[in-house]
Amino acid sequence: MSAVAAPALELEGAVSPPRSNGELIFAEPWESRAFALAVALHSSGTFTWKAFSTELATSIARWERDHPPGECYSYYRCWLEALEVILERSRVVDGAAVAGRAELLRQRPSGHDHRHS
Amino acid sequence: MAVQTPAYGTMIPQPTEFSPQERTEALEEILTERGLVTSQVLDGLIKTYEQDVGPMNGAKVVAKAWADPEFRARLLADGTAACAELGYKGTQGEHIVALENSAKVHHVVVCTLCSCYPWPLLGLPPSWYKNPAYRARVVREPRAVLAEFGLELGPDVEISVHDSTSEVRYLVVPERPAGTERLSEEELAGLVSRDSMVGIEKAGQRR
Repeated sequence: MSAVAAPALELEGAVSPPRSNGELIFAEPWESRAFALAVALHSSGTFTWKAFSTELATSIARWERDHPPGECYSYYRCWLEALEVILERSRVVDGAAVAGRAELLRQRPSGHDHRHS
Repeated sequence: MAVQTPAYGTMIPQPTEFSPQERTEALEEILTERGLVTSQVLDGLIKTYEQDVGPMNGAKVVAKAWADPEFRARLLADGTAACAELGYKGTQGEHIVALENSAKVHHVVVCTLCSCYPWPLLGLPPSWYKNPAYRARVVREPRAVLAEFGLELGPDVEISVHDSTSEVRYLVVPERPAGTERLSEEELAGLVSRDSMVGIEKAGQRR
């Protein structure tokens, strides 16, 4: 994964780094990975696009109904949640497995992804 | 939040305790180990959508429709097939419906439920298209929303709002600007902005 941090962006800011009509397509590297995971799994037949869209709409509606005060809308946060839900529902990966792996990743020594000279 | 489960009797960490970045990395590792994805495929998809697919595809379709009446007729009759003639097809391009603007009718596109968008023609959607305010308001008060985008339409122009679904994606064919009769198809494509193909501005009036 890219070690280059994306600059902090205002979602609707008038000044954004020029890219595809003046806008970054992905604000942070994880957004692009989450995007590609869903597209790849759809392409290989793990789920239909209709099923994923339905989960995405549900996730967005849930955020719109209820979210912490002051939290900015994040499309890819909803996207990731939809992906987790559909993978859990289709018994491909459950939430506990994701959490367990995330915990392991957190325990890596810092600098694990850098080459030490 | 951690939850107590009888089966283990311990605190099982929940995915929501982790940042989206951590959850995505964990998911990618697990899916890769199971052979469901490869990093090459993911890298390829990201590169495609970051660099190769974008509004220039839709602009070529619109320019061809302006320049070639037979193509225009095919595009309006079967958008998916006409776009596929130019090689634009794939995920989120399975059912394209082309909507032609005129002096009387102005089409504008939204996806009220999520952010369905014709990827093969326009790339991935801009943040305003995904924004909850746009998705809710353009249906209720399209004239006001278009005016905020800088597009003032006369009271005699009917505004038709189209809500995308997971089955139908819309491409707005904006009106061809006056005085462009001598331009080549390639030059015409240069006049067609992304926003004009979603219906929030006119072609040739890039702000």
